[in-house]
Amino acid sequence: MTTLLIALCGGAGAVSRFTLDAEVRRRITGSFPVGTFVINVLGSFLLGVLTGALTHHAGCLSPTAKAALGTGFCGGFTTFSTASVETARLWLTTGKSEGSRYAVATAVVSLLAALLGLAVGRLLA
Amino acid sequence: MAVNPIRRPARAHAHRDPALLGVVFVGGAIGTAIRSLLEDAFAGPATSWPWTTFAINVSGAFVLGFLLEALVRSGEDAGGRRLARLGIGTGVLGGFTTYSTFMVETTKLSWAQGISYVGSSVLLGAIAAWAGIRAAKGLVRIGETV
Repeated sequence: MTTLLIALCGGAGAVSRFTLDAEVRRRITGSFPVGTFVINVLGSFLLGVLTGALTHHAGCLSPTAKAALGTGFCGGFTTFSTASVETARLWLTTGKSEGSRYAVATAVVSLLAALLGLAVGRLLA
Repeated sequence: MAVNPIRRPARAHAHRDPALLGVVFVGGAIGTAIRSLLEDAFAGPATSWPWTTFAINVSGAFVLGFLLEALVRSGEDAGGRRLARLGIGTGVLGGFTTYSTFMVETTKLSWAQGISYVGSSVLLGAIAAWAGIRAAKGLVRIGETV
């Protein structure tokens, strides 16, 4: 039952990613994959908030709700595979440096977003 | 393949086509469910190296690199190829791999472990994607249906 809920939330996350990425692409052109970058930063922040809230206030969310929103929605929304393929494509087209910059920027900003999310979650709950 | 003139241009509005959104949804649900079951089956303590997520992310990057390159080489992004790109690529592999869990796991590790986890995941993920692209270039001839 929990797995089904996680799956449905993962599907919703994937549709949100697809839609947001397409809308960003329509507005911002260029070789830097802004859409995936924004998605991964935002999703890392959201999972940070959920994790922070639950770590400090265990009763504020049921384990099922945490799994559905965290593992399901945030996991389905963010993507490591697309980020990696975009890095490899930049390596192959515009050169190693832009690809590496994209990969490092995504990791560093997403990590900061997750840390910020953990702090926000602790305050909110 | 004949182009249906009533249909909108393939790429511009794909994200507003309910059928394509449905394909992404189903694929994302499947990929997420597989990841969740694997994470449960191979769960370790929160403070140890997250091998399960690491393996999921690097393997997903390889398969996505292979899939997208194979589809591009085999022909126009329409029909079955577009369904495969969106359903398996955006849906299953996008839902299977995760950046958010990867990042939150990192915050629970020591500094040294965190740096090595992020560095090795990002580097090996990109190399795996590159290897997938290279494999498709070697295995799929231009215009060959996959």
